[in-house]
Amino acid sequence: MSSFLLAAAAFVLGTVALGLWRILRGPRDVDRMLAPQLLGTGGVAALLLLGEASQEAAIADVAMVLALLAAFASVAFVVGAIRPELSPEPGSEPGTELAPDRAPAHEDAR
Amino acid sequence: MRFALDLFTIVMVSLGGLFFLAGTIGLLRFPDTLTRLHALTKADNLGLGLVVLGLLAQTSSPLGALNLVALWLLALLGGAVVAQFMGAAVRPARWRTGGVSGAREEEGG
Repeated sequence: MSSFLLAAAAFVLGTVALGLWRILRGPRDVDRMLAPQLLGTGGVAALLLLGEASQEAAIADVAMVLALLAAFASVAFVVGAIRPELSPEPGSEPGTELAPDRAPAHEDAR
Repeated sequence: MRFALDLFTIVMVSLGGLFFLAGTIGLLRFPDTLTRLHALTKADNLGLGLVVLGLLAQTSSPLGALNLVALWLLALLGGAVVAQFMGAAVRPARWRTGGVSGAREEEGG
């Protein structure tokens, strides 16, 4: 049983590691921040699986702290990120710099 | 009985891993920030919930089970708050002006 749990923990960690690719790709800081959010949730799951596999009850407490810190990290990021460059400047088209990664397909049709 | 519990754990943890994989794929493949946020917060918290459910079958003490459930609820609460918070931070400005016009094509600006 414990070998299965270890394999499951490794699998979850692998998916989280794949998700970290988003940090490289961006394109915006918020997108980059989503990957640590994933790392928080996935890390909690992996830690719980590890703790059950190794019969180590204390790992659940580590997971608890990680869940708490992941939430705090994202909240701190958003509070710090609400600054002038996030809100559209007067005169520029609203919303353009908010999703530059999404090519407006309907503009090509015009 | 032991075998049934182990089987339950294997099925649930495998399903949870599948949802984590789905969340990662969504994070990598979806076209913009809000859809990625959507994929992440839903799929991953469901994956975590399934993993917790599977591990509940392995715990012997009721206190340990309660700890697992409390951990999942904490993750849900944190995920929900963070998703709302981040979504509000990246919401396009044109959605803030009264009615929801996100489904409509932009007026030629």
